[in-house]
Amino acid sequence: MEADIKITIIDREGISHEVDAPTDMNMNLMELVRAYELAPEGTIGICGGMAMCASCQCYVESEHPLPEKSDDEEAMLAEAYYLKENSRLGCQIHIHPELDGLIVELAPES
Amino acid sequence: MIKTDILIIGAGPTGLFTVFEAGLLKLKCHLIDALPQPGGQCAEIYPKKPIYDIPAFPEILAGDLVNNLMKQIEPFQPGFTLGERAETIKKQEDGSFIVTTDKGTQHQAPIVAIAGGLGSFEPRKPLIPNIEKYEDHGVEYIIRDPEFYRNKEVVIAGGGDSALDWSIFLTDIAKSVTLIHRRNEFRGALDSVEKVQELKNLGKIDVITPAEVIDIIGESNVEAVSIEKNGEVFQKKCDHFIPLFGLAPKLGPIADWGLEIEKNAIKVDNTLDYQTNIPGIYAIGDVNTYPGKLKLILCGFHEATLMCQSAYQRIFPNKRYVMKYTTVGGVEGFDGSKKEAPKAVVKAID
Repeated sequence: MEADIKITIIDREGISHEVDAPTDMNMNLMELVRAYELAPEGTIGICGGMAMCASCQCYVESEHPLPEKSDDEEAMLAEAYYLKENSRLGCQIHIHPELDGLIVELAPES
Repeated sequence: MIKTDILIIGAGPTGLFTVFEAGLLKLKCHLIDALPQPGGQCAEIYPKKPIYDIPAFPEILAGDLVNNLMKQIEPFQPGFTLGERAETIKKQEDGSFIVTTDKGTQHQAPIVAIAGGLGSFEPRKPLIPNIEKYEDHGVEYIIRDPEFYRNKEVVIAGGGDSALDWSIFLTDIAKSVTLIHRRNEFRGALDSVEKVQELKNLGKIDVITPAEVIDIIGESNVEAVSIEKNGEVFQKKCDHFIPLFGLAPKLGPIADWGLEIEKNAIKVDNTLDYQTNIPGIYAIGDVNTYPGKLKLILCGFHEATLMCQSAYQRIFPNKRYVMKYTTVGGVEGFDGSKKEAPKAVVKAID
């Protein structure tokens, strides 16, 4: 079993949580937020992680190597609200060892 | 008044399969759904995506799953109230419930099964100041009757299929059609994108990208919208502004029915029959919660099956019944159809 990494998630109330994230379970950032119940169920990951809603939008606050945005993610973000330069869909960011120390903030519910 | 045995709120996979399990117990069902077609999320959000964890289907497209379910329940002749949202519920003296939709359609049943998934799909409203003030005064989130826009100047915003399709459709009706999207790329079906390009070249649709409507102008009705493009802001005169930014599920009025809610879901008794805190009202599928809950279609099917047995006992408290295998009992439809396993042929050896 691979070691867990640390990821900091700032929830929608502005509270910061440093959590252990497994790198061997094919998890993404949206699922990590749900696993630690850092956003109410039904307000995040509504489409299940298919980049077909923007409920898992987050702002990436650290310099980590992230995967390129797919066309689906670009298109979905183009219709998201509260968009910023560093907006990403949490479901499209897979957790892997290089993301140790990542800091993200959840976008407001919309 | 529509009368039935089990009134199902939500026509997604769980709601549809309930019709089958109820039908085996000779109970009739009627379904209400806010969307205009059955299938829930499977049909609305991801019909072309594969699902890999439906037992005995190594892979099935969500849209095909819905089609198969519709075929499976056909013998049980379910009724549908589609495109209407279940709004209120009232308990009657005889213990039955009357559920009324936002359009006033009334339904009466002794059993209500809420299979509402994440809720009813409502249009996503853009974050434009004062937009609420113009709702029904020139701002519409859903196009109900295209004729309403005859000879009007229309601005549509959005980059998906509904924005593209309505822009195309309204060119023959409206006086002018303007399509605004934040990006140059559209995520709709390729032939729709090409059709809009063609209409743009013919001067029939004004496409403004990458741009965004940031304000609405008008005394009491919409008179113009402010558009921001590449840092510049300009106004565009129009009679209607139609933002089509897709749909998002909201638990909606069900949250006010006196049901115990936890984590945006309805608490049920999972040790028995998925009944809520109100006897006679059940919650099954993604809409419910209990310790260990998983929001999976296959779990919804299981919950629907147990729920129907309990509903039968509630309706007929004095009848004894044991579950029968379909291979043994066959499937007798309300339409007179009958499916059954062929009988074994007995032949002696001389």
